Amino acid sequence: MTESEFLKSVIPFKDKVFRLAKRLLVSTEEAEDATQELYFKLWRNKSKIADYKNVEAFAMTMTKNYCYDRLKSKQASNLTLVHSNYKEKDTSLEKKVEQRDSVSKVHELIEQLPEQQKLIIQMRDIEQYEFDEICEMTGMKPTAVRVALSRARKTIREQLLKTHQYGVI
Amino acid sequence: MELSRIEKLVEKYLKAETTLQEENTLKNYFIGGNVAPHLQEYEYMFSYFTIAKEEVLEKPIVIKKKTTFQRNIFRLSIAASFALLFSVFLGYNQYQRYQAEKKFAEVSKGLELLSTTLKKGENAVAGLYTYEKAVNKILD
Repeated sequence: MTESEFLKSVIPFKDKVFRLAKRLLVSTEEAEDATQELYFKLWRNKSKIADYKNVEAFAMTMTKNYCYDRLKSKQASNLTLVHSNYKEKDTSLEKKVEQRDSVSKVHELIEQLPEQQKLIIQMRDIEQYEFDEICEMTGMKPTAVRVALSRARKTIREQLLKTHQYGVI
Repeated sequence: MELSRIEKLVEKYLKAETTLQEENTLKNYFIGGNVAPHLQEYEYMFSYFTIAKEEVLEKPIVIKKKTTFQRNIFRLSIAASFALLFSVFLGYNQYQRYQAEKKFAEVSKGLELLSTTLKKGENAVAGLYTYEKAVNKILD
């Protein structure tokens, strides 16, 4: 596989890899590093890529595993990811989100979800993958995916309603 | 879009039973403005999902990780293997020559020995000749 063939097959979903990494690792810099690292890994395993029917699903699975490992090693070294730990770059997304507090509230609420629900919300509601693709990427059973997704959606909605009732956003 | 249909879809959405197509219907309704007040929270959710999908990786991806150092090592190792091959070739030639010289020396030593022995014999024969001459003189 030549470099251009490789790039043609893996570059189209680089933003999805980046967004998933950012969802799980929270900070933009970490997500950028993770994406870069994952593409090195893909490049090194390029001979195997041809064997995969769905390269994108394979890459997303790698991303998920890589981010989980990163999170684990962070916990092991007693570093917790809190907001004050990093400086967020002023990306266009953040600016847009700031214009609407309630919308950015959704971002916070997703951040507070358990890892698995975060992952599935990202894959379904943001990236809009089919259920069978999500099963393939997460290695979960369809019912488990639906349960986690349903819980995540309900939690986000309930929390939004709560903040509105109290008038605090 | 009729409100009752949206309400039904929202119910299904919360149970994670909607298809992607139905979710797109919901998305279009909620980000299109004119959202019924009691469904306000979904407008925030779907707006966020839409915005979140627009975020892109701004750093370019670099594929070739090999540094110049690594590339130099690669080149050096090729050069070194050629040098080794060449020196082995030269050494072999030199050895062959040494072996040939050794053989030549041995042969010439052997020949020399032969020639000195022959000379001794010749002297002895020469002595015989002188003896014979002397005898002949006396006889004549």
